[in-house]
Amino acid sequence: MTQIAETAGMATPARDRFAMLRRSGIWIVAILLFAGLPLVFRSGSALTMLSLMGIMIIFALSYNMLLGQTGMLSFGHAVYYGLGAFFVVHAMNAIIRARYPIPLPVVPLVGGIAGLVFAIIFGSVSTRRGGTAFAMISLGLAELVASSSLILRGFFGGEEGITTNRTRLFRILDINFGAQIQVYYLIAAWCIVCMIAMYALTRTPFGRMCNAVRENPERVEFIGYSPTIVRFIAFCLSGLFAGVAGGLAAINFEIVNASYVGVQQSGVVLLAAYIGGIGHFVGPVLGAILVTYLQIMLSDVTEIWQLYFGLMFIAVVMFAPGGLAGLLLMHAPLLRARVLHRLAGPYLLLLAAALIAAAGAILVIELGHHLMAKASDGSVMRMFGVSFDTASVSPWLIAATLVAAGALLTRIVWPIATQAWNDAIAAARTGARS
Amino acid sequence: MLELILISTLNGMLFGMLLFLMASGLTLIFSMMGVLNFAHASFYMLGAFFGFQISRYVGFWPALVLAPVVVGVIGALVERYGLRNVHRHGHVAELLFTFGLAFVIEEIVQMVWGKAPVDYRVPALLDFTAFTVFSTNYPAYKLFMLLISIAIFIALLAVLTRTRVGLIIQAALTHPNMVAMLGHNVPRVFMLVFGSGCALAAVAGVIAGPALVTQANMAGLLGPILFVVVVVGGLGSLAGAFAASLLIGLIQTFAVSVNASLADLLGTFGLVLDTRSSLSELSNVTVAQIAPVIPYLLLVLILILRPTGLFGTRDT
Repeated sequence: MTQIAETAGMATPARDRFAMLRRSGIWIVAILLFAGLPLVFRSGSALTMLSLMGIMIIFALSYNMLLGQTGMLSFGHAVYYGLGAFFVVHAMNAIIRARYPIPLPVVPLVGGIAGLVFAIIFGSVSTRRGGTAFAMISLGLAELVASSSLILRGFFGGEEGITTNRTRLFRILDINFGAQIQVYYLIAAWCIVCMIAMYALTRTPFGRMCNAVRENPERVEFIGYSPTIVRFIAFCLSGLFAGVAGGLAAINFEIVNASYVGVQQSGVVLLAAYIGGIGHFVGPVLGAILVTYLQIMLSDVTEIWQLYFGLMFIAVVMFAPGGLAGLLLMHAPLLRARVLHRLAGPYLLLLAAALIAAAGAILVIELGHHLMAKASDGSVMRMFGVSFDTASVSPWLIAATLVAAGALLTRIVWPIATQAWNDAIAAARTGARS
Repeated sequence: MLELILISTLNGMLFGMLLFLMASGLTLIFSMMGVLNFAHASFYMLGAFFGFQISRYVGFWPALVLAPVVVGVIGALVERYGLRNVHRHGHVAELLFTFGLAFVIEEIVQMVWGKAPVDYRVPALLDFTAFTVFSTNYPAYKLFMLLISIAIFIALLAVLTRTRVGLIIQAALTHPNMVAMLGHNVPRVFMLVFGSGCALAAVAGVIAGPALVTQANMAGLLGPILFVVVVVGGLGSLAGAFAASLLIGLIQTFAVSVNASLADLLGTFGLVLDTRSSLSELSNVTVAQIAPVIPYLLLVLILILRPTGLFGTRDT
C-alpha cells in the first residue's frame, strides 16, 4: 500500500508520461504472459491448473478489496462466488433451452450481477460495523447461505449439484468452447479485464477512501465521509467481481454444487489472499497462483496436505504478516541500490537452517500420519526416497534431531541475516542520498 | 403435546447450558483481549477426543478431570507462544491466527482419530433411565450433563464475584493498565483466563462427547453457532451469553420437533399453492428442516433490530 501511495505522488508531465508507459508496460507483460503460458505448458493438466489460477486470481483480488483495501475481514466471501456460479449455470441452461443469441463469453456477467445483487442485500445488513463484528456477521451469513443451499434443492441441486453444457450456447466465429484451451483464453481475458478494473479502482478517490476507512474510520467521519457507505460500496463491488469468478468457475467445470458457497471455499480465498500478502495489489495474485498450485500438487504428494496448508498460513500470520508480496517488495529498494547481492550469503544460510527444521517437522508429521492412519499397511513408509520403520524409535529420533538442529541453526543465523539486512538497507539509503 | 414440550424444554436447557459452558470462556477471552477465539470450538472438540482417549485407559471419571486440564494447558501455551506474539500485528492478525489454529486442530484430529465417529460411550454407572415421562425414557446421563453444567456455572459465578482472582480478572477486563500498576502480572492473568476458557470448553466436550457424536467435524458444526450466541448475547457480556445460550438451545430443540411447513400454515387459511411454482419448494420446507438455519436468521434479525446484541453495551 505504501508503494501505491508513493507512486501516486504528483509528478511533472514528462515523468508522468514515463510512469504511464511503465505502468501500462506491466499490463502488457501480464497480457503476453497470459497469452504465452499455454504455449509453454502444453499438457492438459497444466492447462486446467492455469485456468483455475485465473479464476482464483479474480476471486482473491476481489477478496482483497475487502480485507486489504478496506480492512474488512470476511469469512463468507464464497457466498457471492457460489451464488454467481449458480446463477450462471441456471442462465446457461435457460439460454440453451430458449436458444437466445447470447454467446458464452458474456455469460460471466450474469454471475457478476448476481454477486452484486446479493452483496447489496447482505451488505446492507453486515457493513454497518467493521472489525470483529463484521467478521462474525459475515460468518453467520455464510452459514445461513450454506445451510439454505442444502434445503432448497430445486435451485442448488442438492448433493449432486447442477450441470450444464458450455458448448451448446450461441456461437460466434464457430468457437464452441469445447476444448480447455478455449476456456483458458476466455478465463484469461476476463482475468485481465477484472485485474485492470480492480487495480484502477484502487487509484480512484473512492479507492483512497477505502484505505482511509481501513486505517482510521473515526477520522474518515470527521472529514465528512460515512465509513458505513464506503464499506458498503466496497463490499458490493467485491461481490461483483467474486460473482464473475464464480461464473467462470461454473463455465470451467460445467457443474456447480453446494460446496461452492461453503465455508471451506471462503477459507481458501482468505488463505490465498493472506499468504500472498494483503498489503500490496500483487499479493493476492501471487497467493492465488501459489495456493492453487499447492492445492493440486500437494494433494498428489501427501494425503494431509491441508495440514501443511494450515501450518503455512499460521507461519505467515506469525512471522510474515505482509505475506509473500510483503517479503519480496521489502527488497525492492535494495535491488534499486544494487546491494541485494550482499544478502545472498546470509539468506542461503537461513534457508538451509529453515529447510533442515522443515524437513524434520515434515518427517514427524508424516511418521505420525502413517502410524495413526495407515497402521494396516504395515509400519514401513517411504519418504524422500528412504524407507522408515514408523514403529521403531530411530526415525523419530532422526526427525527430532533435525527439528532441534534446524531450530538451533535458525536461531544462530537469524541475527546474522538481520544484521546483513540492516547493513544493506543502510547502504541503500546512503547510496540514494549521495 | 405436553410430553413433547417437557422433553424439548429439558433437552433445550441442556443444549443451552452446554453452549454456555463454551460461550462463557469465549466471552471472557473476548472482553479481556479483544480476540474472538475462532478455535474455541476446536478446544471443545479436543476435550471430547482427549476424554475418549483417556477414558479408554483410566475410565470416564478421571478423564472428566484430566482432559480439561490437558486442554487448558494447551490453551495457555497457545496464548503464551502464539497469540501473544501475534498481538503486535493487531486484532485481525489475532483472529486469523485462531482461524488457522482451528484449521490445523481439525486436520490433526482427523489425522489421529480419522474421519469416522469414535466409539465414545456413556459410562456404565450412568447408563440407565432416570425417569419416564408418559412414554419417553429420559436417560440419566443427560441429567448428569445438566447438573455438571449448572454446577460449573455456579462455580464460575462464585469465582468471578467472590474471590480475589475473580476481582482481579474483572478489573483487568476494563482497566488492564491500572491492574498492572498495582503489581499484578496482567499477561499472566490473560494466559490463565485463556487456558481456563479452553478448559471449560473441554469440559463441555468431555461430557457432550458420549451424548452427541464425537467426530472430527464437531468443531465445524458447533463453532459458528457459538459465535451466533456470543454476538446475539452482546459481544463481551456474560449475562447476554447466558441468555442467548439458553434461547438458542431452546429454539433449536423445539424447531427440530415441529414438523409444520409454510404450506400447512397457508392450508389452514384455505390457500393452496400450485405445486409446480417455484414458491412451493420454499413453502413446503418444514420448520424441522430449517432448524439449522434458525440461529443465523436470529443473528441477522438481532443485528438489524439491536446491533449491540441483547445485553451488549459496547459497539465494537
